[in-house]
Amino acid sequence: MTVQSELALSRRDLLRAGGVLVVGFSMGGTASPAAAARGDAAGPPDPSTVDSWIAVHSDNTATIYFGKGEFGQGNTTGLLQIAGEELDLDMSQLKWVRLDTNVSPNQGATTSSSSIHRGGPQLRAAAAEARQALLALASARLGVQAGSLAVSKGVVSIDGHPSRSISYGELLGDKPFNVKLTGTAPQKPISRYKLVGTRVPRVDIPDKASGKYLHMQHVRVPDMLHGRVVRPRGQRAYGAGAKPASIDESSIAAIPGARVVRKGDFVGVVAPNEWDAVTAAQQLKVTWQETPALPTNLFADMRAASSTDTVIADWGDAQKAFAQAAHVASATYRCPYQSHAPFAPSCALADVGRTGALVLSSTQDIYKSRAMLATVLGLPVDKVRVQYYESSGTFGRSCYDDAAQAAAVMSQAAGKPVRVQFMRWDELGWDDYGPAHLADVRAGVDAAGKLVAYEYHGWQHGWMVNETTHELALLAAPKEQSIGPPSIPVNRMSTGSMYAVANRRVVSHAVPMVGYLKGAPLRSPLDLSFAFASEQTIDELAHAINMDPLEFRRHNIGDARWLGVLNAAADAAGWTPRVAASSLSNAAVVTGRGIALGTHHVSYGAAVAEIEVDTRTGTIVAKRICAALDAGQVINPALVENQMVGQMIQATSRTLKEEVLFDNSGVTSLDWVSYPVLRFGEHPDVVPVVVQRLDEPSTGAGEEVMGATGAAIANAFFDATGVRLREYPMTPERVKTARAART
Amino acid sequence: MPDGLNIKVNGKMWPVAAAPDTPLLYVLSNELRLQGPRFGCGLAQCGSCSVLADGVEIRSCITPVASIAGKSITTLEGLPALYAEQKGLPQAPALHPLQQAFVDVQAIQCGYCYNGMTIKGSELLAKNPKPTEAEIRAHMNGHLCRCGTYPRAMKAILLAGEVMAGDPR
Repeated sequence: MTVQSELALSRRDLLRAGGVLVVGFSMGGTASPAAAARGDAAGPPDPSTVDSWIAVHSDNTATIYFGKGEFGQGNTTGLLQIAGEELDLDMSQLKWVRLDTNVSPNQGATTSSSSIHRGGPQLRAAAAEARQALLALASARLGVQAGSLAVSKGVVSIDGHPSRSISYGELLGDKPFNVKLTGTAPQKPISRYKLVGTRVPRVDIPDKASGKYLHMQHVRVPDMLHGRVVRPRGQRAYGAGAKPASIDESSIAAIPGARVVRKGDFVGVVAPNEWDAVTAAQQLKVTWQETPALPTNLFADMRAASSTDTVIADWGDAQKAFAQAAHVASATYRCPYQSHAPFAPSCALADVGRTGALVLSSTQDIYKSRAMLATVLGLPVDKVRVQYYESSGTFGRSCYDDAAQAAAVMSQAAGKPVRVQFMRWDELGWDDYGPAHLADVRAGVDAAGKLVAYEYHGWQHGWMVNETTHELALLAAPKEQSIGPPSIPVNRMSTGSMYAVANRRVVSHAVPMVGYLKGAPLRSPLDLSFAFASEQTIDELAHAINMDPLEFRRHNIGDARWLGVLNAAADAAGWTPRVAASSLSNAAVVTGRGIALGTHHVSYGAAVAEIEVDTRTGTIVAKRICAALDAGQVINPALVENQMVGQMIQATSRTLKEEVLFDNSGVTSLDWVSYPVLRFGEHPDVVPVVVQRLDEPSTGAGEEVMGATGAAIANAFFDATGVRLREYPMTPERVKTARAART
Repeated sequence: MPDGLNIKVNGKMWPVAAAPDTPLLYVLSNELRLQGPRFGCGLAQCGSCSVLADGVEIRSCITPVASIAGKSITTLEGLPALYAEQKGLPQAPALHPLQQAFVDVQAIQCGYCYNGMTIKGSELLAKNPKPTEAEIRAHMNGHLCRCGTYPRAMKAILLAGEVMAGDPR
């Protein structure tokens, strides 16, 4: 498949290019004229009209337009199920198109597991409105009241007289609805759901399996150049940038067609041949200016930093309650920087002309990406068009927009389309990492085993605003997202909220980001760290009062939904009551099991982990993880189970193996050896349990068992060894050090 | 321009324009426009670029294109035909049984590691159609996945082995 990309020549050609792309990505054949006509103007289309969301075609199919991208999580399938349910259409009658700023409604970023949670209700409302409009048309055509009509597979018939019918295609066939969204159209009662709640197979998998699926990395356009960024290997202290002191362009003179592109401090190379661009980026001799050192004692520096402190929760009188507690557990926890480490390095293709730009990328937010590109390019926002192509899973804000801006800057300079793909060291070295976290946690119980006091202090810096390319090309000052909700405070949902504890204090200490590493949201942002610290503290109290850790949690949970996932995970694991670390062994390989709770914002997660620890090598092997998730109404349990499998494996990887390494000059973990992730041979068996609650609103399902999984592994380590590990990743070295310190 | 370097990919001979030391991956992606092998690390650490050379999995991101002259390369796109050849089937199925198994167990998330998983898994199944879980873990250990699809990739390989046992030979 080729992509036309002629923006630099004329706007009209670009629009045609958009049409080609839309056609190319439609499911099940060619797009209708109505679909192809979309894209004539810069979006977002008006969200208050049905036509922005749904088009009905003459062949009695419908194209559903939504603003949430497919990242391998299966949200496309779930969103189509929601639309199909309201419209009474089968999956085979539904098509979707790729996200495009000239086509797609703006549903906000595909972040925070919001596709179904927040995107679903919008789509359901639009589909209900469309169905109501179609029934009104059918009522007029069939000469009966709308209340006497029934719909099956897009065919409207008179109830009890199936022969008198007319299809959606015949009623509307590629004409616009011209209907405003009122929000009052009746929605189908849950009791009549046929599609929602069922295990519809993922619509993106067949093409991925055959190799026909067009990942971003596969896109090529005629006459394009290949670009690579040129940066120091591994980012420096945030705020220092990467300032070239000198660039010796003669060092790549022998490479055919290779040339340097520089804008401000941004340095890249382009060449007609991809391997030549790769070679040129490695051969180009650049001397970089010295930069300030990174912290040599990360956690001490964070604690000593001039932080901005916010009280996140302050209920009752924690200090007084601690004084009266029968047992208090208190410790400090250290949690690493971790990388998104997308399996495919970021890739983008840009065609920038004097009057406009077309940028293809794997961004989580096409509209925000468009605005940022417009700033970098110096173009009006409505002259930039962004289209989404799936890359590998990104798990938050990795380098996709950085790559898009790099491609755009290079295309603008070269006057040709430029395809940029990051090298592995670019991606791991210049990621916007999930920030490191330091926690002081304290909790107390009374003599009856009731939690009476809880206190959590967390230190972390926040998230960046601008991409590295933006900062380098525009010589922009460092900019961190403002303290508070836009950035990353301690999440009170992950720090004790699951327990009925009357006296609870949670304080977030925001450390300024300058001088540390560049941060951004990483899947279940910091919840893995919060749960690692918080749920080990809870476990210590259970141990202190000689109570089974499952029983202790049951004893202290007041909420039926938290109790529901706790019991579901325990049942799946076949949990039998026993006090932690009550059957320690002197064997070379010891086993343990642990349980924990966790969430991101709104859903309820629980996990049980069973591990082995080789006491000679210090190696931990996760053998089996059972997790339960209550995400309200689950549109497609199979999709959620698949997300849970991914979370259990990724959380195991992050708890046992992953840590961004740096020395005082820069990041040094630049490949899969220095930044190891869980390998095939190391993966635990996993059991995902969906707690279906059809009557509750749908909430997120892509992040909410991460924290519970990691904390369950940490608690299992204590059960196996009688030793607490208060820093992760739980590497063999840390295991041996912790065990040695105890004996 | 190399003097008429030709390579055999998925049963066909292809002239190569690239310099002979160019890694095979770049030729497959940019000249043959194949979408199976893909760039992941360029360091032979992850397996996203895997192809079969005479039935043996190699990392195309570090293999100079000239070095595979005379060998028969199979990419994801050629797996069904290779399977038909291995099994003596009259015609290639739409998908290799392992590809179909990845669909049947819904093992894929983003699908980027899937190329390497399928190439490496098919290599195993060609030699050992009834692998144990331990054998699968050992054989697949050089193929990374960031989405966490390992448990379902395991299921897919086991399932494909069962299906293949039902095919002739």
